[in-house]
Amino acid sequence: MTQRPFDFAIIGAGLVGSAMAHAISKGGHRVGLFDEGDHPYRASSGNFALVWLQGKGLGMTPYANWSRESVDLWREFADDVEEDARMDVALRQPGGFQLALSDMEMERLCSTAGAINAQPGVTRYGYEVLDADEVRRRLPAVGPGVIGATYCSLDGHVNALRLYQALHRAAIARGVEYIPRHRVERIEHSGAFRVVFADGTASTAERIVLAAGLDNARLAPMVGLDVPVRPQRGQILVTEKVPPFLSYPVSTLRQTDEGSVMLGDSQEEAGFDDQVGPGIMSVLADRAVRMFPALGSVNVVRSWACLRVLSRDGYPIYEQSPCFPGAFVATCHSGVTLAAAHARILAPAIIAGTLPDRLKAFETGRFHVSAQ
Amino acid sequence: MFRRSSQEEAIVTVFVDGQPIRGRQGDSVAALLLANGQAACRTTAVSGAERGPFCMMGICFDCLVTIDGSSNRQGCMAPLQEGMHIETGLGKTEVRS
Amino acid sequence: MIQAVNLQQLHDAYDLAVVGAGPAGLAAASSAANLGLDVILIDENSAPGGQIYRGLGAASVDRSRILGADYEKGRDLLAALARCDATYIAGAVVWMISPDAGVGISKQGSSRFLTARRVILATGAQERPFPILGWTLPGVMTAGAAQILLKTSDLVPDRKFALAGTGPLLWLLASQLLDAGTPPAALLETSERAGLRSLPPFLGFALSPYFIKGIGLMRRVSRNIPVIRGVTELAAEGDSRLSRVRWRRRGGKPGSLDVDTLLIHQGVVPNVNLAAAAGCDLEWDDGQLCFRPRTDEWGRTSNAMITVAGDGAGIMGAEIAASLGRLAALDCASLLGRIASTERDRLSKPIRRGMRSYLRGRGFLDMAFRPSDRFRLPRPEAIVCRCEEITGGQIQELLATLDASGPNQLKTYSRCGMGPCQGRFCGLTVTEMIARHRGVSPSQIGYYRLRFPIKPISVAELATLPCSPQDVKAVVRL
Repeated sequence: MTQRPFDFAIIGAGLVGSAMAHAISKGGHRVGLFDEGDHPYRASSGNFALVWLQGKGLGMTPYANWSRESVDLWREFADDVEEDARMDVALRQPGGFQLALSDMEMERLCSTAGAINAQPGVTRYGYEVLDADEVRRRLPAVGPGVIGATYCSLDGHVNALRLYQALHRAAIARGVEYIPRHRVERIEHSGAFRVVFADGTASTAERIVLAAGLDNARLAPMVGLDVPVRPQRGQILVTEKVPPFLSYPVSTLRQTDEGSVMLGDSQEEAGFDDQVGPGIMSVLADRAVRMFPALGSVNVVRSWACLRVLSRDGYPIYEQSPCFPGAFVATCHSGVTLAAAHARILAPAIIAGTLPDRLKAFETGRFHVSAQ
Repeated sequence: MFRRSSQEEAIVTVFVDGQPIRGRQGDSVAALLLANGQAACRTTAVSGAERGPFCMMGICFDCLVTIDGSSNRQGCMAPLQEGMHIETGLGKTEVRS
Repeated sequence: MIQAVNLQQLHDAYDLAVVGAGPAGLAAASSAANLGLDVILIDENSAPGGQIYRGLGAASVDRSRILGADYEKGRDLLAALARCDATYIAGAVVWMISPDAGVGISKQGSSRFLTARRVILATGAQERPFPILGWTLPGVMTAGAAQILLKTSDLVPDRKFALAGTGPLLWLLASQLLDAGTPPAALLETSERAGLRSLPPFLGFALSPYFIKGIGLMRRVSRNIPVIRGVTELAAEGDSRLSRVRWRRRGGKPGSLDVDTLLIHQGVVPNVNLAAAAGCDLEWDDGQLCFRPRTDEWGRTSNAMITVAGDGAGIMGAEIAASLGRLAALDCASLLGRIASTERDRLSKPIRRGMRSYLRGRGFLDMAFRPSDRFRLPRPEAIVCRCEEITGGQIQELLATLDASGPNQLKTYSRCGMGPCQGRFCGLTVTEMIARHRGVSPSQIGYYRLRFPIKPISVAELATLPCSPQDVKAVVRL
């Protein structure tokens, strides 16, 4: 690790941190990107890789719009990263489906889509409500249990593991100093920020961005912020590689460009327990078979559970510390979808020193608003 | 490439890629393929390279064949049964609609 | 012994579940049953015996002659199982151990869970990865594979073939094939220590049962088969299947042989996947150059419900495995209140005494047949992850460019370890590569995070498992 001070220290090298590191470095600044070790809680190792819009932001128009901005920017973001990383991330945006296996699910899909698109100030997204026959026409492999779907042409997916690798390669190619195995013990401030690590070494930076996922809760108070994030477990099943049979992502089931099929997903309050459970596996498998019966004979080769980084209301937190200007926090649970916005909008704003008004909705003050 | 070191009477007839082949009670499907002179039984999903039995104890997943219509079965873990239909040569499981 | 032919015949709950019917599992199950515990012995093969005693139940006279006297020792263990009143189910894979749901078992396409107050994992050993150039070519197999073919099908290599690597099992195989009338064209020895002869007399070892047998065996093999020692490079070559093996050796000319089959082996290591996925802490064993579950003198692990016995706890051989199985059974019986711990201790004494002479030999064997760095670490062009076809060079590039901290981050970067074998054939290689790159011990690097299912299981089979309304709600969220 070099001794010269950084312009920016970014704590956390997951999808949020590395996307911003790359973008900030491209903006001509010296970036130190700090990471822990071979840590099992890396949320970025366990994601569904959707670049997704439909269904987002019910009751939270700024989030619906932020997601839309990111989805619209994703192609150019990917091009940018791919060029610097010299590898592709398999971005596909053919549109995506949300499948309903019951009338209640269908009703929920329709009402959610309708309600979001009716929110004042929302950037509307076009979507189609499909009956069973129409779904079957577009996705011939669906089973009779699928009674309908909503489709949005803006949805897509990416190879998230390649994205993670590409972001690291791109950042390093752009001169970011990647410093793994350096867990932050404390952050001091006297003019610049002094980040002290578990091994006693330290690093100085003019400005600091906390992108450490669940660890933001511990780090944020060190820069005068309160970031209430908690873990939420999500389990996924992954199958062996199969010849291509599904070219569109479904919100809970997708075939990767490598051929494996991912079956998701659960939302469980389980603290920091990232074990998989047979009951959840059963539900995931059952729904998958009802959606695509031919998957029944395909083997699940592994499963994993990951801890999503959830704020109190589930929406991102972006904020500059009022008492320590130049210290920022960025956290979300849709690190894939929002990667483009983080790189193209958030990173330049952090460089400029002020977050745009439309991101005020993501400050932590919203958690302290008392009921009227 | 492999031959029997002792003769036994308990013959089992199975079909390998449509051809009737005689094996012995106690053979696994993978052992039968090797006894029949077949070192490779599939191609890989990533590069299409040929693979065949490697560990014979169920942990390498290279001896995958289709047995009675069920794909990507480990040949070394499947004891021969009279009349079994074994198909070789898969890279990725077929998802039959 | 009561043999269950399908999952439906099993009860919902047992005192003790033993996974694996090799020497440790057989001894544990019969000892525990004789101590009054309600035992289920679950094994994935169609007959008991594990790897070392494969096919013993159906062994012909010819086969027994070829395989030798040690093989026959397994008969006592099979007989003990037959006599006791444990339940045994064959062809059944334990793919999950859940703290709440219990032991998940799959047989013939269907699954169920049963609960056990304690579990003994006796899943044994596996071949150490041996990532030489061309090791994925059809025609290259492990020495263990050749022994399995011999034991269950009386199959021996036809045509020209060679053995390559190091380890007592490789020499044993050479001797067995000699007895079968099909000697290899060569044994290419890759250990730096070159076996028993090169080390000074070692009193402890000389008192062990291995010594006299081992020396005699190696002498006999060396007299009858070309043994090429000091091999420093190996490559299996061929178009789409093996046709030749090529080597370099220390202080000698490079060579090659046209071969139809190449049997490779550089020792065995514990198969840790089930224990690790169940959360048992692993530790690095520098003497044996492998990870194994951290155990106490009874085999207890960091998982309060799980004991590990046999080679799965550390490579000690069949006799020790059986003793460890008996000790584990005693301990479980005392934990479950069947016998007092003082009784457990009293009964364990003769078992531990009997182990001593075999234990003396192990350290020596580990040294004598220590697999060389050259062959534990891959050349750049060699495949490391067989499932995802990732080479040593690709991994080195990721380490050099992206400074991966460990096998899990490397897995995220590269997919290495994500295939169906779940790292069994690449995990040790990867950990050692990272350790070498970072200049630290593998104990500081760690191993892949392993998960259930530890063996593939169909989507349909998973879908039939029981689930609760909370499970449904967590997924459907309506």
